[in-house]
Amino acid sequence: MKRVSNAMFTVKPRSEFKAPVETECITCDVFSEKSQEEIRSLPVWEGNKRRELGKLFEVRSTRGSNENETEIRLVGDFSKVRKIGCHMTDGKITIDGNVGSYLGEEMKGGSIVVHGDAGSWLGSAMKGGRIEIMENAGDYVAAPYRGSVEGMKDGEIIIHGDAGNEAGNYIRGGLIRIEGNVSQFLGIHMRDGTIIALGNSKGRVGAEMVGGKIIVCGYVPEILPTFTIDALRPSVKVTGKERVKGPFYRFLGDLADNGEGRLFISKHSNPHLRFYEELL
Amino acid sequence: MSLAIKNGIVYDPISKVDGEKLDIFIKGGKIVKEVNEREAKVIDASGMVVMPGGVDIHTHIAGAEVNTGRLLRPEDHFRDVEEKTSITRSGVGRSIPSTFTTGYRYARMGYTTAITPSMPPLLARHTHEELDDTPIVDKAAFPLLGDSWFVLEYLQDNLIEECAAYIAWVLKATKGYAVKLVNPGGLEAWGFGSNVRNIDDQVPHFNITPREIVRGLCRANQLLGLPHSIHVHTNNLGKPGNYVTALETMKCVEDLAEGDKPIIHITHCQFSSFKGGDWGTLRSGAEEIARYVNRHNHVSLDLGQVIFTDTTTMTADGPFQYILHQLSGNKWVNGDVETETSAGIVPFRYRRKSYVHATQWSIGLELALLVDDPWRVFLTTDHPNAGPFTSYPRVISWLMSKEARRRTLRRINKKARSKSLLESMDREYTFNEIAVVTRAGQAQILGLKNKGHLGIGADADISIYDINPEETDPSKQFRQIRKSFGKAAYTIKDGEIVVKNGEVVKSLIGRTYWVNPRVSESSMGSVKEIKERFQDYYTVQFENYPIPESHLAFSRPIPIEAGV
Repeated sequence: MKRVSNAMFTVKPRSEFKAPVETECITCDVFSEKSQEEIRSLPVWEGNKRRELGKLFEVRSTRGSNENETEIRLVGDFSKVRKIGCHMTDGKITIDGNVGSYLGEEMKGGSIVVHGDAGSWLGSAMKGGRIEIMENAGDYVAAPYRGSVEGMKDGEIIIHGDAGNEAGNYIRGGLIRIEGNVSQFLGIHMRDGTIIALGNSKGRVGAEMVGGKIIVCGYVPEILPTFTIDALRPSVKVTGKERVKGPFYRFLGDLADNGEGRLFISKHSNPHLRFYEELL
Repeated sequence: MSLAIKNGIVYDPISKVDGEKLDIFIKGGKIVKEVNEREAKVIDASGMVVMPGGVDIHTHIAGAEVNTGRLLRPEDHFRDVEEKTSITRSGVGRSIPSTFTTGYRYARMGYTTAITPSMPPLLARHTHEELDDTPIVDKAAFPLLGDSWFVLEYLQDNLIEECAAYIAWVLKATKGYAVKLVNPGGLEAWGFGSNVRNIDDQVPHFNITPREIVRGLCRANQLLGLPHSIHVHTNNLGKPGNYVTALETMKCVEDLAEGDKPIIHITHCQFSSFKGGDWGTLRSGAEEIARYVNRHNHVSLDLGQVIFTDTTTMTADGPFQYILHQLSGNKWVNGDVETETSAGIVPFRYRRKSYVHATQWSIGLELALLVDDPWRVFLTTDHPNAGPFTSYPRVISWLMSKEARRRTLRRINKKARSKSLLESMDREYTFNEIAVVTRAGQAQILGLKNKGHLGIGADADISIYDINPEETDPSKQFRQIRKSFGKAAYTIKDGEIVVKNGEVVKSLIGRTYWVNPRVSESSMGSVKEIKERFQDYYTVQFENYPIPESHLAFSRPIPIEAGV
């Protein structure tokens, strides 16, 4: 039973953190079922020391504006704080500032908005819900834990800035939208789902992908030799009714893994890829 | 400290005690006739099952391939973390737990002896270092000898005595316990990118066939008089139609049998009991294997029972693991250990709805139920190849209850269900038979004289389970069986209570058993030849190869008078 369904919590760090802080408990599911006292005594880790949430953070609650939705606002520098929103199924978390790695790990529902940068492993292995980053994200967006092949299954990640290396590693579904630039290995090992990058890429797009769709509207230095040109398309569907206007080169691969993934690369941003047209 | 276990319902098949209410007394780590009860600590075991501590004949718990598996699978550790307590150390891992956690988890299930069956001789030092860090349980390791160049060369020249002397030297040098063969000849072929197809296929670059390797090592094993028989992982393992190879392997040493004592142990037999031409026409060959085993006394088996779960396969059988990697598309590691053996590791998930996996599940149980003599078929999951050892209570419940089997059967692949023989099998194991297949039989086949029974003078390794056989019907209350066997009420190791109510209350260092054969001066001559070959072929010096006894935390050599 949820005791306070429409509460609004505000969480502020009491001081600047030197060691990483792990706070799996900062989720709307946990907060909505607990009293203020219980929330303050939730266990967290600071480096290798076990602490109480209330010792590291100031937590206040007020009545929220939204009926039936718990909201958590995080104010301050959270760039050393990991695992916020881990396993969350409902509610909304807003972060005014930067946030650390593993934001929304294995999240199933609800939404997270960051008015700042996010660390690596954003939305790691997420299964549903929505994460929006107003600025940049680190490496391994939506990737699974090291060694695992079960990446993001569903949901939506929107990054208004840039993303690092290996965004969309092993994803199996859902949508990743990156409005800025991406580094190397976008959609590596991808199984299914959609990734769209509006900016430029640093290359090796779709390495070892076996399914799904990657759209890059900006510059791509080269296409991996294990991809084959398939068609030139005037536009491409992102999801639902949304389409982006092209034209786009369509490549299939990664043939090194017998993959059937599709790579859409903007023709206008990549005049150096024109030689592929002769092969069509 | 002396201990008295009062009023327990005792199952001790070696001493022919089948569910009798008996008191057991312990003093100085041994079972004794009586103790002064005023000074002894008394455990009231009324309404509980008392058995000798569990013995696991085949479980990959330490060594090169296990540790490589740990490196390969951080995702396996991530989901299963044990925090430290004031007594136990922290650890991780579900299918390949870290060393300390392995010891604790065995003890929690009432197991007190675990044997790691594949130790590349060159990597023995590492294996023993890991075994030293595996607490509570007693241990031993089998060096891999079926593809060693020395063995192949001696056997192709039919030099059985020299081969036996070499084995004696290896056992002593690596602190090993028995002779292990993995895909004999096949691993050597794998070094050249191929495999052997059957037991009469010639090994590349050697004038020898797997049949000759198995027979030769079996005879060398007999000459040395080792406590355990040869421990064989057959050729063609994990391939449809391989039950023929398994049968031929058993048959090829039939004429060497002496008396009733098994001279060949076919390990994780489930993987060697496939009938059919390909994966689509795969059938169970359990009937044929069981028929042979029922008619011949020279063979023993262990199951390698499949559990439907995510696990990690690891064997020295490199070519087999390569096929598995290609079939599953999963990541893998291949290891080659110079002139001795190879290895492969592939993470794997057994799925109920897969025809092949469901058939494999059925084959394991069919073997257990069709082999009449429980003293020659043992419960293992070939941890972690077919499932982690923590699933043993589940296998026990399948063996003891037709209803438990039927419940799982209902949820497996339809085609596999229709082909499975399990529906027609009414046999249900008794508590006594469970005691045989999980401890007494395994201890006996290993030749561990002080294990697996509760007679006077035996090691005081005892497990007590909170289940009353007089009030519980295992065939109906299989959940209770699973729960109780998973969480021992008490585990006693060397007379000390190490587990109480499923929690570790004391951690000990277990013994490492190894065989120390004494061979005659004349046969030691061949060891000098070995030294020269070392200079040519090995990356280590001959002098650095043997492990000194002082390197083991708790060494327990078993001296034997070898016949060479």
